[in-house]
Amino acid sequence: MRKYIVKRLLISVVILLIVAFLIYVLMRSLPASYLEKIAMQKSQQPGSKSYEEWLEQLAATYDMDKGLIPGFFGWCSKAIRGQFGDSWFWTVPVTQKFSESVWLSFIMGGIAFILEILIAIPLGVLSATKQYSKTDYAITIVALTCYSFPTFFFASLLKLVFCVKLRWLDLGGLIGRNYEQMSSAGQFFDKAVHLILPVTTLVVVSIGSLMRYTRTNMLEVLNADYIRTARAKGLSEKKVINHHAFRNTLIPLVTILGGSLPGLFAGALITETLFSIPGIGFVSYQSMVQGDIPFSMFYLVFMSVLTLLGNLISDILYAVVDPRVRIA
Amino acid sequence: MSDEIKNEQNDNYSLNDDRRVKTLSPGALVARRFFRNRVAVTGLVILAFMFIFSFVGGAVTPYTQDQLFYRNDSQKKQYAAVKENTEFRYELADGEDFPTMAQAKFILARKKGDKGEFETGDAKYLFEKQGEEFYAIYNSSNKLIAFGSYDLIEVKNKDYNNFEFKYELVKAVSNKQDELKYKKDKFSISEDGIVTDSSSNIIASASRYIIRALANDIILGDDYKEQLLAAIESGSEDFTFVNADGDEAVYSFKYDAATQTWEIMESVDTRVFDTYSFPTKKHPLGTDRNGMDMLTRLMYGGRVSLYIGFIVVFIESLIGVVLGGVSGYFGGWIDNLIMRIVDVFYCIPSMPLIIILGSVMDTMHVDPQIRMIYLMLILGFLGWPGIARLVRGQILSLREQEFMTATEATGIRASRRIFRHLIPNVIPQLIVTMTMNLGNTIITEATLSFLGLGVKFPFASWGNIINDVNDTYVLTNYWFIWIPAGVCLLATVLAFNLVGDGLRDAFDPKMKR
Repeated sequence: MRKYIVKRLLISVVILLIVAFLIYVLMRSLPASYLEKIAMQKSQQPGSKSYEEWLEQLAATYDMDKGLIPGFFGWCSKAIRGQFGDSWFWTVPVTQKFSESVWLSFIMGGIAFILEILIAIPLGVLSATKQYSKTDYAITIVALTCYSFPTFFFASLLKLVFCVKLRWLDLGGLIGRNYEQMSSAGQFFDKAVHLILPVTTLVVVSIGSLMRYTRTNMLEVLNADYIRTARAKGLSEKKVINHHAFRNTLIPLVTILGGSLPGLFAGALITETLFSIPGIGFVSYQSMVQGDIPFSMFYLVFMSVLTLLGNLISDILYAVVDPRVRIA
Repeated sequence: MSDEIKNEQNDNYSLNDDRRVKTLSPGALVARRFFRNRVAVTGLVILAFMFIFSFVGGAVTPYTQDQLFYRNDSQKKQYAAVKENTEFRYELADGEDFPTMAQAKFILARKKGDKGEFETGDAKYLFEKQGEEFYAIYNSSNKLIAFGSYDLIEVKNKDYNNFEFKYELVKAVSNKQDELKYKKDKFSISEDGIVTDSSSNIIASASRYIIRALANDIILGDDYKEQLLAAIESGSEDFTFVNADGDEAVYSFKYDAATQTWEIMESVDTRVFDTYSFPTKKHPLGTDRNGMDMLTRLMYGGRVSLYIGFIVVFIESLIGVVLGGVSGYFGGWIDNLIMRIVDVFYCIPSMPLIIILGSVMDTMHVDPQIRMIYLMLILGFLGWPGIARLVRGQILSLREQEFMTATEATGIRASRRIFRHLIPNVIPQLIVTMTMNLGNTIITEATLSFLGLGVKFPFASWGNIINDVNDTYVLTNYWFIWIPAGVCLLATVLAFNLVGDGLRDAFDPKMKR
């Protein structure tokens, strides 16, 4: 087991290095960067150095003047020590901006994740146990509709209904207009209210696949011999489903849910952007669109780490949960 | 339902002649299973409709996707202003003087009565009311030196441009007479204070209204002024004036109580883009921000979305099948290498990457058409690892089967073994995945276009049509701009998923109903 984990970790590190290098190369070869814009601005100030000199100086500051490979290793050696440089767009260290925004995304993602599990798994189990019934069809169609909903369209519909027609909620942002005058409880409540629509969007858009996944796995388990045995013993249907079948469905569920835990930090790029929630997704979207290379570089690598971590966790969990895998 | 099943079972086991002759190929069995699934068939119908809508509809519609429509809009422009005079204006007899100081004294004195006297410095004046807001002013020797009135006098005929005539004129007008006698001549006065002689030539006019042109380069004619005043006095809110050339123009008035002025607005017809017009017979879904027909944009947008979906899925399947096939068949270090490449690609965060590339293309001003090709290539090159994994996994188990030993024994070359014997066995799963991927690709493209980083104007795509919703005013007021596109998008993606789901069930031989 330990050997397996170590091997997987080493492979992950190699993959991460390759991915980081690819991203670095891509970032370095981007034309018309933000640096040139800043250099242009600075050179136009009275009594300033020429554009070329500014560009040179800025490039040296941000390690953009070295060759690709030395530059990459320079970036790596700093990154390992947790130095990702200063964000060009936010003008603060990348890690500072990151830690300012990531927890909001995590809270949002966490709430959505819990709601998703609470809704999707029971419905998935229900639709599997009543396969080909009207309930099953209804749940299937709902699940597929949720899965097919483009995030931005669903978010716009929510905004139209709840913000424009009913006027219950604000169109976007995390805090209301008179946030500063509120008591601390009021401030908490205000933020919570502003998170309703984004969280709803996240839940609805991601609920479908989990529901389908639960259903497929449940169906597989229900066809297994031990379920027939359980029924033959004369156990009640409730006991068969809840004790014998559902526990076995948990194996694949736990693996994919565990695997999606790191993803909670990734932030919902589209949803946050649509509702202007200043989480990591929205922050990085603005950075990327503005050509902020240090922040984008950091965010892309961060995302890769999360993906790798997710895969790793789900593989390890699989081995932990299912003893049959462990031997291999 | 149970009867049906029973009949079916009976049919299956019956040994009648028709049963023996009618054997079904595996493909036909799959088709039968598929068409029995009502939900999947619904999906297929929606897809068929969307294809007809986008491809046939786009050809049938009378408009093109970037055809602009105009409408005539009348804009109101300031044209003139009319003010009622509320201050005395003085007309002096020849060689006489009536200084400002005396004017002020007169204003004070007249409040005391219709007749009286006042003095300034050493001069003494007498005055007498002779009509409504019309006073004759005499000097101490009782000679008429001036008169004060609210009326503005304009004398056209030089023969009558003298004090006496003006005096008679204002006297007549302020007493609302319709006749004026001056020396031997007789004139008639209209209600507006226009004096005409017997052959109806305009001699002079007296009016309490000051008319001033506000627009540049215009001279207000007498006819115009006359009709304007008539219209104002009649209390109407607009009037139509036909000028000498026969051009008709409509003017409307607005009375501003604060400045006691009527503003005359000229309605000017201008041709503007027919933007955000509500659905009409001509445009069943209205027009968009640029004044283009929404329904046509929707059809062409469907084309773009479907094209991109198919091409992207084609690219990713091609790469995925080739690499997955090679990897699964050869195994060993080749497999290891390719799978590590797959891992790397799996790990690259595609959405942020595409956003960055999209914004770079924005700053480089890439031509929209070329941009669309880039978009397809990028999406295709980032999407293949999933398919490669699927193909490899299938082939790993397939290559151990007997038919592969047979191909080896007959000496068929490796490429043929992979692509003629192994890949066709993966096709069912591949089709299911491709169908599902189509839906996902369409969503990805739409999301990018929605963010303004995908398909760009002048090309329509369902995503960039909905893009308008970023403007809260559009979100609130123009449902017809974004809801139809969203519904199309949702219906198409849903249909692809339903069909994919149905196909998966149909291909699975373990599926029993």
